[in-house]
Amino acid sequence: MRIRRGRRRALAACALAAATLLTASGCAGAGEASGSGSGTTITVAIVANPQMQDVETLTSYFTRTHPGIHVKYVTLPENEARQKITESVATGSNEFDVVMISNYETPMWAKNGWLTDLQPYADGTPGYDPGDFVKPVKDSLSYRGDLYSVPFYGESSFLMYRKDLLAAHHLTMPEHPTWAQVAAIADKLDDPKHNLAGICLRGDPGWGENLAPLDTVINTFGGRWYDPQWNAQLDSPQVKKAVNFYVDLLHRDGEPGAATAGFTECGTDMAQGTAAMWYDATSAAGSLEDPTSSKVVGKIGYVQAPVEKTPSSGWLYSWSLGIPKTSAHQQAAWQFMSWATSKDYIKLVGSKLGWSRVPPGSRTSTYQLPQYEKAAAAFAKPTLEAISSADPGHPTVGAVPYTGVQFLDIPEFEDLGTRVSQQITAAVAGQQSADAALTQAQQYAQTVGDTYRKH
Amino acid sequence: MASATPTASSGAGARPAEVPARSKSRARKAGSRRRVLGQVSWTAGAWIAALIFFFPVLWMALTAFKQESAAYTTTPHLVFKPTLDQFRAVFDAGIGPYLANSATATLLSTLLVLVLGIPAAYALSIRPVRKTRDVLFFFISTKMLPGVAAIIPVYLAVRDLGALDSVWTLMVLYTAMNLPIAVWMMRSFFLEVPGEVLEAARVDGVTLRQEITRILLPIVAPGIAATALICVIFSWNEFFLALNLTSVRAGTMPIFLVGFMSSEGLYWAKLAAAATLACLPVLLAGWLAQKQLVRGLSMGAVK
Repeated sequence: MRIRRGRRRALAACALAAATLLTASGCAGAGEASGSGSGTTITVAIVANPQMQDVETLTSYFTRTHPGIHVKYVTLPENEARQKITESVATGSNEFDVVMISNYETPMWAKNGWLTDLQPYADGTPGYDPGDFVKPVKDSLSYRGDLYSVPFYGESSFLMYRKDLLAAHHLTMPEHPTWAQVAAIADKLDDPKHNLAGICLRGDPGWGENLAPLDTVINTFGGRWYDPQWNAQLDSPQVKKAVNFYVDLLHRDGEPGAATAGFTECGTDMAQGTAAMWYDATSAAGSLEDPTSSKVVGKIGYVQAPVEKTPSSGWLYSWSLGIPKTSAHQQAAWQFMSWATSKDYIKLVGSKLGWSRVPPGSRTSTYQLPQYEKAAAAFAKPTLEAISSADPGHPTVGAVPYTGVQFLDIPEFEDLGTRVSQQITAAVAGQQSADAALTQAQQYAQTVGDTYRKH
Repeated sequence: MASATPTASSGAGARPAEVPARSKSRARKAGSRRRVLGQVSWTAGAWIAALIFFFPVLWMALTAFKQESAAYTTTPHLVFKPTLDQFRAVFDAGIGPYLANSATATLLSTLLVLVLGIPAAYALSIRPVRKTRDVLFFFISTKMLPGVAAIIPVYLAVRDLGALDSVWTLMVLYTAMNLPIAVWMMRSFFLEVPGEVLEAARVDGVTLRQEITRILLPIVAPGIAATALICVIFSWNEFFLALNLTSVRAGTMPIFLVGFMSSEGLYWAKLAAAATLACLPVLLAGWLAQKQLVRGLSMGAVK
C-alpha cells in the first residue's frame, strides 16, 4: 500500500513536471505569436560570428525607427548555416526573409533564379549609395551587372608579421614580398626551442580552410585547377611546385600540429606570440590589435599577400545579405538589410560598440572615417589595398573557365574542394607526399571537369 | 586475523617449532597483504579509469567558469579566477524557449514511444504474432537508412504539410526514430518474464489489459525505465533533424549550443557553459533512474 502510494505520488509529480514544461513551452509559443501579430516579422538566417552578433545586439536601433518590423534571428556556425540556408533556398521554402551568403553562392544562386534582384532596391533607396561598396566585392556579388546580395563585410588575405622580431634579426619585410623572401625570413625566425614558429599557415581540411590560402599560392605560382577546356591541372608542374612549397614550408617552419590548425588556431598562436608570421584573412587584424585578446598589439606589420608570378595574390571573400525569391516580406527584408549594410550602421557600431568592431571591407567610405582610420591605423590601408587588388576573374597567369580566387564558382566545389583539402591535410600531417596528394586530387578534379566538358 | 607468534619469548629450544608457525603467519600476512594490495590497485585502477572518462566532462564544467581568453591558453590553467560571465551570456542569449522545446519534444516523444512500444513488444514476445522475426527485422530496417539520405524528402514533406519549425513535428519524428530501438529493447526484457507467472494470472481470470498493466509492467519496470532513459537521451541530443526542420520557434538545445560556435573569435567558454546547462537535465534523469537502470541494462544479459 505504502509503496503504491509512493508510486502514485511519483507519477503525480511526473505529470506535474510535464504539465509545467508544456505550459512553459506554450507560453513561449504564445509570446512569439503575439509578437508577430502587429506588423511584419522577418526571419534572418546568419552565420555565428562576432560581427553578425553585433547586428543582433543593435537591432533595437532598427526596430525603433521601423516599429512595424520584428526581426528574428537564426544563428548557426558557418557549415551548418550554409547547409540549412542552401536547403531552404534551393527547395523554394519561405522560411527565411534574409539569408547570409557569400560571394561563392550569390552569382550561382542568382543564375538559378533563387534570389531577388537587389539593384532596383539599392538604386531606389536614398542615401544607400551602392557605388560606395568596394568594387571587387560589389562585382563578386553581382550577376549580369545587378547586385543580388549586399556586402556586410569583405576580406582579402595578407601577410601579418612581427615587426619587433624581424628588427631583432635585422630583417626587413618588403611591401609586396615574394614567397621566396617570406620563406627565407621564416627560416631565420623559426625557433622551436623558444616556442616560436617561423610562419603559421592553415593545414586543416575544408574547402574554406587550408584550400583558401593554398589556392592563392597555387595561383601565384602559375597553377590553375582547370584549363579553359575543363582539363584538370592539379598535377601540372606549377601546382606541384606550389603545393610542395606550401607543405615544405609548414614542415620546416610551421606551427606545431599544423594538420589541425586553422584560422582560429593560427590566430591564437599569433596573438599569444608563438608565431612570427601569419598569412591569412585581413579580417584577423582587428582581434590582433585588440588588447583584450592579443599580447602583440602594436607589434604587427601588415603587407600584401606574397606573390611569385602574378602581380597580386590576395583572395576575395564577402559575407553578404540576400533575399530569397520566395520570401513573403521582400520590402521589410530590404529595409532591414539596407539598414545593416548602410553607412549609418557602420557609424552606429563605431559609436556604440567601438571602432575596432566595425565590419571592414564593405564600403570605401568606412576607410575615410577619421575615427576608424585612427582605430585601424595599422591595417586599414593594407586591407583596402588587398581587397581592391583581388581579381576573381583572372586569378592566375593562364586562362581559366571559372571565376574565384580561393574557390571555383561552381556548385561542385564544396565537395571537390573538401576532398582535395583532405589530401593536402594528409600531406601536411606527413602521411603522404604532396605529389601523391595531388595525384589523387587530380582524379577527383577530372571527374568534375568531365561533367563540364560534355556541355 | 591470526595473531603472530611472539618472537620476543623465543628460546633456543622453541625455535624449531616456531619456524613453521612463523612462516605460516608470514604467508598469511603476505596473502592478506597481497589481497589488500590487489584491492587497492583495483580501486586505484577503477578511479583512474573513471577519472579519464569523467575528465572531459569536468573540463567542460571548469571551462564554463573561465574567461574566453583563459579557456584558450596553450598551456591550460587548472587554477583560475572563476566567473559566472559565461552563464550570464548563455541566459542572455535566451535559453528558455530552446529548453522548453527540447523538454516538450523529448518527454512527449518518449511517452508516445512507450504507449506504442509496450503493446508492440508484448505482441512480439509474450504472444508472438505470425512472422515475428520479419516484423522485428522490418522495425530495425528503418534504422538502416542514414538520416542524411532521407532528409530532403522529409524536409519537402514537412514543408508541404506546413509543419516546418514546429515542435510537434520533432515530437513525431523522434517517436519514429526511437520506436524500433524501444521495441527491440523491451521485447528482450519481456522475454525474461517467466511464462508461469502470466499463466497463473490468466488462470485467475485477468483481462489482457490487466495482464499487461498489473502483472507484466511491474516486473519489467526496470527495463522500461532503461528504455525510456535511452529514448530521452537520444531525443535530447538529436541535432540533425532539429537543424534541418526548425528555424526560429522550435529550436532545441543542440541548436542553441551550436549558435555559440563561431568561425572567428573565441567561444569555448560560452559553449562550455551552454553545454554544461544542456547536460544537467539528462544527468538528473540518469541519476534518478540509476538504480532501475543498472538492473534494467543487465536484465536481458543472461538468458
